[in-house]
Amino acid sequence: MTPVIEVKHLFRHFGDIKAVDDLSFTVFPGQVYGFLGQNGAGKSTTIRMLLTLIQQGSGSIEIFGMDLKKHRSEILRQTGAMIERPDLYKYLTAKDNLRIFATLSGIKITATEIKEQLERVGLADRADSKVKTFSQGMKQRLGIAVALVHDPKLVILDEPTNGLDPQGIADMRKLIIHLRRDLGKTVFVSSHLLNEIELIADSVLIINKGKKVAEGNKDALLNPAKTMVELITDNAGNAYALLKQSSWAENLVNHQNDIITLELDKSRVPELNRSLVEKGINVRSLRPKHSLEDYFLSLTGH
Amino acid sequence: MWQLFQLEVYKIFRRPRTYIAFAVIAFIILLIQIGLKFGGKEYVGIVMSGLNETFEAPTDQVLNGYFVCYLTLNLLLIHIPILVALIAGDMISGEASMGTLRLIVAKPVSRTKLLLIKFSASCFYTLILLIWVAIFALLLSVMLFGTNDLLVAKVSGSNIISSADVLWRYFAAFIFAGIGLITVAALSFMFSAFADNSIGPIVATVCVIIVFTILTQMQIPFYDETVKPYLFTTHMLGWKGFFYVKGVEGVTIDGSIENFPAIVKSGLILLVYSALFVFVAIWYFRKKNILS
Repeated sequence: MTPVIEVKHLFRHFGDIKAVDDLSFTVFPGQVYGFLGQNGAGKSTTIRMLLTLIQQGSGSIEIFGMDLKKHRSEILRQTGAMIERPDLYKYLTAKDNLRIFATLSGIKITATEIKEQLERVGLADRADSKVKTFSQGMKQRLGIAVALVHDPKLVILDEPTNGLDPQGIADMRKLIIHLRRDLGKTVFVSSHLLNEIELIADSVLIINKGKKVAEGNKDALLNPAKTMVELITDNAGNAYALLKQSSWAENLVNHQNDIITLELDKSRVPELNRSLVEKGINVRSLRPKHSLEDYFLSLTGH
Repeated sequence: MWQLFQLEVYKIFRRPRTYIAFAVIAFIILLIQIGLKFGGKEYVGIVMSGLNETFEAPTDQVLNGYFVCYLTLNLLLIHIPILVALIAGDMISGEASMGTLRLIVAKPVSRTKLLLIKFSASCFYTLILLIWVAIFALLLSVMLFGTNDLLVAKVSGSNIISSADVLWRYFAAFIFAGIGLITVAALSFMFSAFADNSIGPIVATVCVIIVFTILTQMQIPFYDETVKPYLFTTHMLGWKGFFYVKGVEGVTIDGSIENFPAIVKSGLILLVYSALFVFVAIWYFRKKNILS
């Protein structure tokens, strides 16, 4: 299967700052690919390179099996994007905005098609309203309609839930799932909101300071053979000292704020509990850290 | 390409700020016309008393639509560039400040093509603005004041152009003024490619025009050969050349132009400047990282 996006050893420096540092990843057709990282991790720089907004440093970017530098127009004709805020022509109507971006994408769009596109994002009744009268959520939805106006195979969304209220976030999530499931699009979505990515993505790439720290199937990342376990007891100092002298010493990761963290095979969690109780330690909580957020934080050292 | 050009023009004319220039021009020209309608004879009297020659034409014949138009263009063509900069200076930087630049650059249109389309739309706006000036300054003046021979005062002496010989001169002068204003649009457009907000390019253009115009109009011999020939503002005044007529023993020759090669030279210099400004804009923008 030809990957939709294949990035190999991509670098981008701004002066002395390494914005993207030897980044490689592969996105396959039909995936919702989550691109995770904290603010300033290099997500937007990478996305802007994918869209030719920023000049590519060393390394290669292939999209639809074509080199981005050599086949820019062909690639962008099949790519739709919403980059950060959905900034559109505020003094024009929703209909006008769609018409402008359709023409820029090289297609002629009829009034019926414009209506259909706006219906898809729930804005059909506001087709003739100027964008400046729209709420943030409506602008975000129109931004998605603009990204999809030329029926692209690949949709790139940079922080699509930024500035949205909980309902808006839920709507955006449904829309992304709809794009993949019902329309067969490949969606490359960046976010610093881990729980959002956790809910929609099939595969995840985590970057920190421009470098890849993890990539793979979301479930595999969330359910590794070994997991971090947080232990809370009624006397953390004693518990830590006892564990350090026992066979569990090699599993100890750290001891902070009365919470002891161990890394161990998940199947050994009951054994750890028994061992502590036998040593007279009252266990208040023994919690495997299994969310993507926990995983992300452990990888990025926060 | 044609569709994209139409869209750019549509975007320009859907913005309220576009109409500021049209309103300002109409307002200023109407003010001049009202002033001359009610106090024109005194004004013409002052003008004629300042001339060395004596003319047989009575004051009320001198004050006609062609004269009013000539006077208006003299007053206005220095300032219209500022109104051109309002739009041309916003063509790229305005998109950057709105956040739409990243969306249009991520579309399958090359950056060179995008800039050429945007510059063409700026030129179209400039020419529409000039037609607006022509309608108010020439057509309305002729309607209000009628037509007659045109008195043109210049440093080396004045001449009267017969009314039958005037209209084509205005037509040519407006075409030349169009070339001059396109040069200003190109300058402003170039600044726009460098900036991410609209104010910078507009202010920069206005500053360049003010400084260059002052240098052009300064009567200091040192600048006459060292600086003035290289300023585009000097050549923008070339439109006046169409109203400087050859004469024999004080009688002007219909259809003649005193120094046509100088007009052609100025026109070509303005076109070269325009091309240079657009080239620099494209050269820079092709490499520009879109971070807005």
